[in-house]
Amino acid sequence: MFKSTDFYCIDELLTEEERLIRNSVREFLEKEVVQLISEAWHKEEPLNFREIGKKFGKIGMLGTFIPEEYECPGMNYTSFGIICQEVERVDSALRSFVAVTSGLVMYPIWKYGSEEQRKKYLPKLARGEIIGCFGMTEPDVGSDPASMRTSAKKSGDGWILNGTKTWISEADIADIAVVWARDVDDGRIKGFIVEKGMQGFKQAAIVKKGSMRAGGVGELYLSNCRVPEENRLPDAVGLRTALSCLDQARFGIAWGAIGAAIDCYETALNYAKERRQFGAPIAAYQLIQAKLVDMLAEITKGQLIAWRLGRLMDVGKATPEQISLAKRNNVRVARFCARTAREILGANGISLDYSPIRHMANIESVYTYEGTDDIHTLILGRYITGIQAFRRELQL
Amino acid sequence: MQLKEYLLSLKKESPNLKVDRGGGMKVFVLAKHAADPESEIKVSSDGKNVETSGLIFDINDWDRYAIEEGIRIKEKIGGEVVVVGVGKNCDDTLRKCLAMGADRAIKIPVDTNDAYQIAELIKKAIEKEKFDLIIAGYMSQDMNYSLVGALLAGMLNLPFATAVTSLKIDGGKVVAVRELEGGYKEEVELQIPCLITVQSGINEPRYVSVMGIKRARTKEIREVKLELPPSAVNILKIYPPPIKLAEILTGDASQIAAKIVEIVKSRGLI
Ligand SMILES: Cc1cc2nc3c(=O)[nH]c(=O)nc-3n(C[C@H](O)[C@H](O)[C@H](O)COP(=O)(O)OP(=O)(O)OC[C@H]3O[C@@H](n4cnc5c(N)ncnc54)[C@H](O)[C@@H]3O)c2cc1C
Repeated sequence: MFKSTDFYCIDELLTEEERLIRNSVREFLEKEVVQLISEAWHKEEPLNFREIGKKFGKIGMLGTFIPEEYECPGMNYTSFGIICQEVERVDSALRSFVAVTSGLVMYPIWKYGSEEQRKKYLPKLARGEIIGCFGMTEPDVGSDPASMRTSAKKSGDGWILNGTKTWISEADIADIAVVWARDVDDGRIKGFIVEKGMQGFKQAAIVKKGSMRAGGVGELYLSNCRVPEENRLPDAVGLRTALSCLDQARFGIAWGAIGAAIDCYETALNYAKERRQFGAPIAAYQLIQAKLVDMLAEITKGQLIAWRLGRLMDVGKATPEQISLAKRNNVRVARFCARTAREILGANGISLDYSPIRHMANIESVYTYEGTDDIHTLILGRYITGIQAFRRELQL
Repeated sequence: MQLKEYLLSLKKESPNLKVDRGGGMKVFVLAKHAADPESEIKVSSDGKNVETSGLIFDINDWDRYAIEEGIRIKEKIGGEVVVVGVGKNCDDTLRKCLAMGADRAIKIPVDTNDAYQIAELIKKAIEKEKFDLIIAGYMSQDMNYSLVGALLAGMLNLPFATAVTSLKIDGGKVVAVRELEGGYKEEVELQIPCLITVQSGINEPRYVSVMGIKRARTKEIREVKLELPPSAVNILKIYPPPIKLAEILTGDASQIAAKIVEIVKSRGLI
């Protein structure tokens, strides 16, 4: 039905079930979502995730790797990756929604939550009935979450949270927010499930974005926000637990970014075969061919990285550094392909009627969130040399 | 003998009548793993075939509606849905049908595109089974014969209706609305067991879900090994459609008008 760029026959490395998932997700997106994107992006009117989320849920696209006992699909990580790739072919905001829901909201509840919390939230999140968000970044705290300022103070049978979270995907529409805050008593970072409407909790959208315009991002304000003890994730203690969630979402990005890259490459290839200049299709010129070949080569390498990382995740063997390398590499591939495709399309590459410029702008967010490209370089640098280069003591 | 009586007499001979319908309907659905006509089609070097490399295969579009219709009948009145596929590599399509909700599958691992051979193979594979209804797609997206359903009905002595756009089960009967040319409709009544071929659009096929795919893991795909029966058709030649040329005329209105006159004249139309 759908032929996709697959130069090294990576399809053959997938199981029949995994291929079926991919085809089904693609069929659904082509029929029901693709046509909504360009307008949503142009007007910065985020897609209606209340509606689309329920459809995603029906197909099993949310929390795909979370077990069936919580009414989730209970599939493997590779399937989650495949879903991310298919949705990001369409738009990175869709992958953000899938990866945030699965990796940053459902995963911490599943791993660090109580049995009651799992039963209460996971089935609804998997069905897309409620929307979640993940609040880590703050106005003064981005790449260095260890210096997080949002505070949590134990008070009676609950907690008082204070602080601001910014650049949070789906912050404005979320029904629940997994919020990370520092316990002022023991200095440790802890996770809380803050629900819409709780006293002292406000949500707002960030607008005038030049990227991810088909999705929502916003801020969370906690002002003496009272959160009951039963909403604290009991096993989420220490920054490492928060970072482990990022590993899940970064894995989704490693697959997803290649989806955006493939869409850009295919768009550019088709365009180059049809667009004629100087008496021949531009695909007949060596300069254009070189660009297309570079894109294909990068995509193929990225596909292999994603596939192998998927199999390592499936058996629980992937390390955070391996995930970092895949996120860093594959987002670079997407950034390169989007820019190159944009270039091949000439002036039409400037129009939102073609996808590359939209992907190109979206990928800037992807390059920055879930650990900037620099941060992943530093993670890998520390790993191979044994010397951390994140912080230095400045004598000012 | 009146046609109706004749058909009823055939019914009595039919070995497949599932006498007790207490447990709902037993529906067989035919699903072809077919080449997508939108994929890259090249005539093979012998001129009688199509190169398979470059072809994308998936469930034949009409069969998506057929399997959906079968599953809906089961969901409404209970019973069983069995999907039947012919071809060595039809597993993906059978698995898809199981993931959508079919209960089990029969695979006949023989490769052919000949409608008569396909019908004969299916007949042999299912003739010992009991069933109430066979649903096939109106035609296949690759060969366009619209024959397998009708041939199979003939071979099994079943009444049949083609190009069905809506279907009702009414006791021992199937009431089917057929699509005629020009938007006309025909309503027919068939005694069960019978066969129908469905037109696309009869329903809105569901998407395969990850949960459905998992449930399909435990469902059986039974292989029935059969010899390829003889074929009555000898393909002489397969060839691509002529290339249609289109031209965008440029210039001001009078230049364009002059060019149109020139083209129409050159075709001998004026
Ligand atoms: C669309 C979008 C959605 C987002 N969604 C979420 C979300 O759902 N939840 C959430 O918590 N956050 C989210 N974020 C925030 C994102 O995770 C942060 O923007 C990211 O971590 C970077 O932080 P920062 O923007 O503060 O940049 P900074 O940390 O201020 O970095 C600025 C620059 O300095 C570089 N830099 C920083 N430290 C070093 C160093 N030690 N050495 C060398 N270079 C360095 C960075 O690479 C970067 O280039 C989102 C962001 C965007 C754009």
